[in-house]
Amino acid sequence: MPMIYYVILVISIGIVALVIARRRAALQIQGAVKQHSRPHYHGWWAFLLATVPAILLIIVWSIGSSIYVERRIDAQLPQQAADGPIASRSLALSLVGRLADALHRLDAETLANLPSSFEELRPKLAEKGVALAPDTQDYMIPIAVEANRTGDALQMTGGVLALLLSIAGAAYGIRSIQPRARARNNVERVVRWGLLASSMIAILTTIGIVLSMLFETFYFFSSVSPLDFFFGTVWDPRFAAAGATDSVGQFGLIPLLAGTLYIAFIALLVAVPIGLMSAVYMAEYASPHVRSIVKPALELLAGIPTIVYGIFALVTLGPFLRDLSAALTGGSPFIQAQSIFTAGFVMGIMLIPVVSSLSDDIITAVPRALRDGSLGLGATRSETIKRVVLPAALPGIVGAILLTASRAIGETMIVVLAAGVAARLTLNPFEAMTTITVKIVNQLTGDLEFNSPQTLVAFALGITLFAVTLLMNIVALYIVRKYREQYE
Amino acid sequence: MNLMTDTKLQQALETSVDDKTDELIKMQGRKVTVHYGYKQALFDIDLDIRENQVTALIGPSGCGKSTFLRCLNRMNDTIAGAKVGGMITLDSENIYDPRIDVVELRARVGMVFQKPNPFPKSIFENVAYGPRIHGLARNKADLQAIVESSLKKAALWNEVKDRIHEPGTGLSGGQQQRLCIARAIAVSPEVILMDEPCSALDPIATAKVEELIDELKQNYTIVIVTHSMQQAARVSQRTAMFHLGYLVEEGPTEKMFTNPDDKRTQDYITGRFG
Repeated sequence: MPMIYYVILVISIGIVALVIARRRAALQIQGAVKQHSRPHYHGWWAFLLATVPAILLIIVWSIGSSIYVERRIDAQLPQQAADGPIASRSLALSLVGRLADALHRLDAETLANLPSSFEELRPKLAEKGVALAPDTQDYMIPIAVEANRTGDALQMTGGVLALLLSIAGAAYGIRSIQPRARARNNVERVVRWGLLASSMIAILTTIGIVLSMLFETFYFFSSVSPLDFFFGTVWDPRFAAAGATDSVGQFGLIPLLAGTLYIAFIALLVAVPIGLMSAVYMAEYASPHVRSIVKPALELLAGIPTIVYGIFALVTLGPFLRDLSAALTGGSPFIQAQSIFTAGFVMGIMLIPVVSSLSDDIITAVPRALRDGSLGLGATRSETIKRVVLPAALPGIVGAILLTASRAIGETMIVVLAAGVAARLTLNPFEAMTTITVKIVNQLTGDLEFNSPQTLVAFALGITLFAVTLLMNIVALYIVRKYREQYE
Repeated sequence: MNLMTDTKLQQALETSVDDKTDELIKMQGRKVTVHYGYKQALFDIDLDIRENQVTALIGPSGCGKSTFLRCLNRMNDTIAGAKVGGMITLDSENIYDPRIDVVELRARVGMVFQKPNPFPKSIFENVAYGPRIHGLARNKADLQAIVESSLKKAALWNEVKDRIHEPGTGLSGGQQQRLCIARAIAVSPEVILMDEPCSALDPIATAKVEELIDELKQNYTIVIVTHSMQQAARVSQRTAMFHLGYLVEEGPTEKMFTNPDDKRTQDYITGRFG
């Protein structure tokens, strides 16, 4: 019986406990003593007592038993596995694991007289829709069977223990119902811890991602010097032939970083003025009716997947600009189909709603009193906006622009399609350049092994990108927060 | 906005207010109505504002006194859905006439708000704001002179002359309000509208602003909305009592506070409702 059934059982016990506890608590209302907590708090407290410890036990037990089973398999694998037809011990381990999973799908009869050779077993498994790697060896079958047996026994024990714990919790919860029992406080405390745990998940995940990238990055820096990476001006990683790690290319970050910043700069050049002006229009001029149409329409732009923008840039805008430039010079196009300008322009269009929506919120947050003060002195609307509203909103707008910039730097799909893959340093916006994100995609697509610098460089690039955008976000949030305090 | 025709304007001007004096009438409201959406906030207000006097508008909350004040320099234009009817004149010129430029009007009829609202700029820039946008100063020295004289007229100069380039938001509440008055004066308006200018101030700051209002009336026509009966009695020469969007009565402040015609005025002044 898989663990999930035990979880369902535990929750059922919890619900029963909830109903009983609530009833019991409700019956006590007639007593002379005023109840501390309302009946449903007693119910929920009994539910939590019945479910939370039991489910925690199931989680811990599952992790522990799977580690234990793996150890057992490892101990049973013959020592010479490394010299055998299978390249590594970890591969052998995972093969046994797969086999054990597959055996679970067989019915009891087939399991009872299991063939001892993999050749005979394979078609039977195939019948059940399980395809196994041909490397699987005969000696693995008894190990897998043994592992399954241990695993099942452990699971059963864990499940029964969880059920007992659940019943004990429920009983304790129901028994402890008294008029003055503080069930409400207990429930509130659990809710608080639950909310804390939820927010910790996001933080811990971030830390986990950063740490895993850091370790891979250190691994990468063991074969390529950080100096060459951060200050190198040539990006030429060569190809990583499987197993051949002798051809170490050059991994210079500078051309990629320059391309990233250049394209982001062009994008901001497009997005900031247009976005800002549309925000001013919506916040200051538009009638409520116009605003109710224009604002959602603008925000709809933000909902278009960036790959669609990328396709637009690649298929429509890029060729159009190339043909246009060819027509202008009479033959030779000076704008390439994939260029910094095309990618930056389309990315700018994508970012307009980001700028306008953030700025609109900030401009509307400027107190009406300031506008009235200026209008009351005989200033026109545009004078009021230029001299009072925008200066007051400036820190917030700077924060919004920084947030937008970090979006532009991290943007991937548009540049993959529209910017090109040529890693070089150029100032001409009509030539192709490439970005960090494009190179991460390039280095990680295809059949790869994750121990050559050619793939590991993706982690170094990733963490560089992460550091840049994180820094910008921190600065932006700091500015925005400081600005908010100004009007309180 | 339903504007009155010229013949109606003549008739309206003939129906003058009760007590005849030789004081000049600076602004005149006739049959002023205001709608906010479907809700009518003012009903046919007839009110004269006399030159170089302080006119106080009193009445319980929501009676329309602030709404009327905001009609006098068309600040209601900035509120979506507000509709003004009837006629208001400034020096016998209808300010709701399409030919009137609202920017010019607001330069002539300045406004000071309930809550001090200095711009997030330096004290100097706050005062220089109006003269700059209206091009009142020919050069830097001119501008400095305007700023200094405005701050002096607002009785703030001595307190801020050493920190004129520090942010205006760093001043105390009372100083901020006087800064806002200086800012309004710097445009050399003819009329200054004040919407409960002391409601956010402590008694000492209030006393200073009231003193200032008393001095300012020599050069300016002032209309003040106030919730404080004492303040109306102290600073104004004429008082108008509003109730539920109607003008209850209007007259010399002394008479209003000692022997009002309308019972509602008496009840309000003696604190029986409001």
